Amino acid sequence: MSQTPHAVGGNKSLRQTLKVIIAIIVLIIYLFPFALVLVNSLKTKVAIVKTPLKLVDDKGLQWINYKNAIDKMNFGRAFGNSLFVVGVSVILLLIFSSMAAWLFVRTNWKACKISFSAMLASMIVPFQVVMIPLIAIYGSQLHMLNHRMTMVFMNLGFGVSMCTFMCHGFIKGNIPVALEEAARIDGAGYHRTFFTIVLPLLKPILSTVAILEILSYWNDYLLPSMIFTRKEFYTLPLAIRTFYGEFSSDYGNIMAGLTLSVAPVIAVYLILQKHVIGGIVAGAVK
Amino acid sequence: MTFKEKLFLYVTFAGPAMLFFCCVVIIPLVYGIYLTFTDWNGLADVKNYVGFANYIDAFKDTAFWKTLLMTTGFSLLSVIFINVIAFFLAYLLTSGVLGQNFFRAGFFTPNLIGGLILGYIWQIIFSRVVPSLYSSIPIALFQKSWLSNPSTAFASLVIVQTWQLSGYMLLIFISGFVGISEDVLEAARVDGANERQTMWSIRLPLMVPSFVICLFLSLTRSFKVYDLNLSLTAGGPYNSTKMTAMHIYTQAFENHRYGVGQAEALIFFLVIAVISLTQTYVGKKREVEA
Repeated sequence: MSQTPHAVGGNKSLRQTLKVIIAIIVLIIYLFPFALVLVNSLKTKVAIVKTPLKLVDDKGLQWINYKNAIDKMNFGRAFGNSLFVVGVSVILLLIFSSMAAWLFVRTNWKACKISFSAMLASMIVPFQVVMIPLIAIYGSQLHMLNHRMTMVFMNLGFGVSMCTFMCHGFIKGNIPVALEEAARIDGAGYHRTFFTIVLPLLKPILSTVAILEILSYWNDYLLPSMIFTRKEFYTLPLAIRTFYGEFSSDYGNIMAGLTLSVAPVIAVYLILQKHVIGGIVAGAVK
Repeated sequence: MTFKEKLFLYVTFAGPAMLFFCCVVIIPLVYGIYLTFTDWNGLADVKNYVGFANYIDAFKDTAFWKTLLMTTGFSLLSVIFINVIAFFLAYLLTSGVLGQNFFRAGFFTPNLIGGLILGYIWQIIFSRVVPSLYSSIPIALFQKSWLSNPSTAFASLVIVQTWQLSGYMLLIFISGFVGISEDVLEAARVDGANERQTMWSIRLPLMVPSFVICLFLSLTRSFKVYDLNLSLTAGGPYNSTKMTAMHIYTQAFENHRYGVGQAEALIFFLVIAVISLTQTYVGKKREVEA
């Protein structure tokens, strides 16, 4: 009598185990490319070509690959360039976009409505449409290429629409006007009200936007490749591309270089994983 | 509030954002339309007015239409694989698998890395690891590098695109599955619906909004692929896997035909806009309330 529920329970847990096994197998397939690069980054060129799936080289771990990759890619400089461009771009983007978004929510002026609509409409324009004129204006005519601040300037231009849009939705739904009015009655100006009352309350949406923008700026290749033609300004993706071009048969070094460029992102992801996933979902559903 | 006060507020609050936005997006957009009516080669100071010649050239450019066809095929195949795989994985993970968050985070990993680096990683797999398997699994498919043959090179691009984006769409499908209220499912169960009936009549209709987002994102992203194309196949072999984004780049910056390149970019934009807006419109109409 009492066996029936037990049998059903057993069957159910068997199915659950099966599902977990399937999920693990698929996950291993998904992560295989990263493991492959990591494993081969410590092998000699010959071993990589002959036995790419073998875990360890017969000649031992080739840490020299990392030293070579760091030197030849100029890893430190590229990493610093990336950090500067992404850092400055994201901080300015958050401040300027949230300010604009606040004004667009709190006023119904025609200028604000037109500005916001233009931003929304621009979000479906692919980069390829503005790429050629952008270089024609800022390269051929204004000679602004090869400056880090030019890169920041363009990152801001391409980022403000999405960022303003997301802040707009958040302010409209979550920030009560009453709070601001109280501050205004106490004599605070519009700017002071914004920076002391509104901005701190925007933390959830700003961290979401920051995650999305950091990922896209950090990985961006096409735009930086047109802005930076001199090696001293290369960001990480540009450095890895030239490195790949020059040493494409030196597999050990290439693998070490690829590992080095992937590692910082993965490291940050391991720490902030929950926030990143949360931010991506929030950003996509909007 | 006086006009002066309003102007001051607008300039100080929206001014910086609008300045960057106009300089980087609006002005180039307008200037780009102007460029399509000139014969500018990127270097000369003079730009001659040429009427619609660039658009006529773009329409006659068979290489451009070939890349557009190839990009459409690539996008359609990728979108199907991405969404089918992501949907089933999401279903698997939300049906009570332990460690759902761990798997979710794991599958998302490829999206943290740019297409350029992903392309290089997979290039090694398709051109080195695959042929190395031939000695143990001697089938024709593993005989040569996949990147040396047009059809396997095309398949390689679809595989990497699917691998990357399915982990992304998975997140959206998971939040779709989780968002379906337990009451509705319970009611279906009480009425005697089995697992398959619940899926077809309850879950799928309620998940239309997730599908609309996923199809839109995967479609527009696949159409615009450039980095992956550049690092994985570089358009080869013999330009067979060259996609539209790369074709526009070569037209302008390698062939120095800026006007034609820009005209083609605008046509490309129209194609993406029409396809994605139609898809969203059709999808939205099928949305239902629970």
